[in-house]
Amino acid sequence: MTTRIFVPCDTTALAMGADAVAAEIARQAKTRGAQIEIIRNGSRGLFWLEPLVEVETAAGRIGFGPVEVDDIAALVEAGLFEGAAEHPLALGLVEEIPFLKNQQRLTFARSGITDPVSVEDYLALDGFRGLEKALQLNNQEIVDEIKVSGLRGRGGAAFPTGIKWQTVLNAPAEQKYIVCNADEGDSGTFADRMVMECDPYMLIEGMAIAGLAVDATQGYIYLRSEYPVAHRLMNLAIERAYAAGYLGDNLMGSGRRFDLEVRLGAGAYICGEETSLLESLEGKRGLVRAKPPLPAIVGLFGQPTVVNNVLSLAAVPFIMHKGGETYASYGMGRSLGTLPMQLAGNVKRGGLIELAFGATLRQLMEDFGGGTFSGRTLRAVQVGGPLGAYLPESQWDTPLDYESFAAVGAVLGHGGVVMFDDTVDMGEQARFSMEFCVVESCGKCTPCRIGSTRGVEVIDRIRANENREANLELLADLCDTMVDGSLCAMGGMTPFPVQSVMKYFPEDLQR
Amino acid sequence: MSGLPQWTPELIQAEIDALKHKPGALLPILHAIQDRFGYVPTEAVPQIGDALNQTRAEIHGVISFYHHFRTSEPGSHTLQICRAEACQSMGSRALEAHAKASLNVDYHGTTADREITLEPVYCLGNCACAPSVRIGDDIHGRVSPEKFDRLVSRLTTRALELK
Ligand SMILES: Cc1cc2nc3c(=O)[nH]c(=O)nc-3n(C[C@H](O)[C@H](O)[C@H](O)COP(=O)(O)O)c2cc1C
Ligand code: SF4
Ligand code: FES
Repeated sequence: MTTRIFVPCDTTALAMGADAVAAEIARQAKTRGAQIEIIRNGSRGLFWLEPLVEVETAAGRIGFGPVEVDDIAALVEAGLFEGAAEHPLALGLVEEIPFLKNQQRLTFARSGITDPVSVEDYLALDGFRGLEKALQLNNQEIVDEIKVSGLRGRGGAAFPTGIKWQTVLNAPAEQKYIVCNADEGDSGTFADRMVMECDPYMLIEGMAIAGLAVDATQGYIYLRSEYPVAHRLMNLAIERAYAAGYLGDNLMGSGRRFDLEVRLGAGAYICGEETSLLESLEGKRGLVRAKPPLPAIVGLFGQPTVVNNVLSLAAVPFIMHKGGETYASYGMGRSLGTLPMQLAGNVKRGGLIELAFGATLRQLMEDFGGGTFSGRTLRAVQVGGPLGAYLPESQWDTPLDYESFAAVGAVLGHGGVVMFDDTVDMGEQARFSMEFCVVESCGKCTPCRIGSTRGVEVIDRIRANENREANLELLADLCDTMVDGSLCAMGGMTPFPVQSVMKYFPEDLQR
Repeated sequence: MSGLPQWTPELIQAEIDALKHKPGALLPILHAIQDRFGYVPTEAVPQIGDALNQTRAEIHGVISFYHHFRTSEPGSHTLQICRAEACQSMGSRALEAHAKASLNVDYHGTTADREITLEPVYCLGNCACAPSVRIGDDIHGRVSPEKFDRLVSRLTTRALELK
């Protein structure tokens, strides 16, 4: 009998040597005449274990990790192909690993189980059931289901997705568009990437449903050029979805149509901002447009456009298949459903953690993360990407929900959590926030374009101990000006991390 | 040098013609040209402008806005080091300093032997196994200075074998 062996193929698994591991396993099997089939699955998102090799047995899938090429001979000797290994890298049943078992995976339920670009694998695990359902409903019924789910945009602004779709549905036009924001520029975030690399048909399905909901026949995925693996896998999945009739002019034989194309960005953080993204898709510099008009009314090429984050669209197939109420039964307050959090930086067990809203940041970092990678004391945590505040220990018990975070002056953003141990120099982190804005500002408005440059200079003077008091006052003033005077959240939120350093880590500006 | 073909106006025109019908064709065209020749030659600007009915200033404005596009020939390999926060928390600042010193270039520079062009990047999505480096389309995680040296020496040995 042929044993199925799984070796992941997402960016992080590859970055940790998965290709070489797969090749070595194949070589060892050949020399020993073992009957195996290697499947390149997506990642489970247990990244500290990558490459995580799984062996299918009668009892379930047994894991080994992190596997290096040099480990394989001994692993095979210990019975890797029989899945019965007594070995230091043996992890037992993968589904029983607490990090995975204790999650509430709705969106990432399939991630790591299947070959991501296999249509059959997708169908075997409820794939395209949401689309099938949507094809039986009219526009308003689809939009209503999304409203019932309480889904709010996962890209950062947390705007209700159902209301956005309703606006586009209500706007009469010959051509409408669905644009997927796959720019994922925040440091510490990789959930969008995982969707595209580990379960790409889910995004295709979500976008097709969005198209049916608002009568849009063309979709674009605006993908950052920093993600070459996602680019390759997403394109392959789209090609196969066309061939199998899940895209194109006759969706599942319904006569309805939806076309989808990936467009690459070109290394500009600001192109994650939706209006700047639309400019970029139109072939222009990514300058932010003033709102109103909203993209839902005047969007891509001047037409009504749904712009949604990858995770927002990826939640849609589940909602359509299982019902909006099922989705809404997870979460707390006005934050319903699940939030895929991403634990990164100086962390022992980094990876993707999907939970209903409401767990605390500390639970995430301790129970799941297991503390710092270095083993040193945790000092600061940045949540929500480069525009998010640094949280000191006094705030680590904040529940993960949009309103609770806003109440402490922080943001959840796209759910990225970056941990820093006590060797961090918070003055340097504050300086970097301003520097990042210098590099990435679109340049349209003065507080952001000039203010960030001045910000770097002022912080440099503070760090050099020049006129410290006066310069700290100047920095506070500059931050206020940027918050109040910027057109978009780039300039408007760059001060958040800086202000959090001034408030909670002032000693680091006193060296 | 980089193993990529030398551009000619005809080859550039072929890339433009293959894509110019697309709505919002400019970025796809610039990507296609850079993928094929390693950079977007200044001479391509008027050609693209003609095809899309845009001025040279507009095309140039787009090329210079995006960090990804370059207008001069890179080395055989493009090596990007992630400068974003998750990588910082795992020592990317020291890695950057090591890379610049050992390659003897600054960001956007190319080594004297024209092997490696060094570039900054802000997040490769490998933040749970930081610090991260990208070489061509390959991403590497947990890159210590020693691992960096191994990656670089592998590149240069391979290039020699080709000759
Ligand atoms: C500077 C800036 C960068 C942003 N980057 C992203 C991004 O990378 N991905 C994303 O989905 N949204 C990003 N956003 C939010 C988008 O503007 C927009 O709110 C979002 O794509 C809407 O989708 P959603 O409602 O599904 O969240 C960014 C916003 C700003 C101001
Ligand atoms: S705040 Fe910055 S990024 Fe936003 S529009 Fe103004 S200049 Fe552009
Ligand atoms: S912060 Fe470096 S890979 Fe994300």
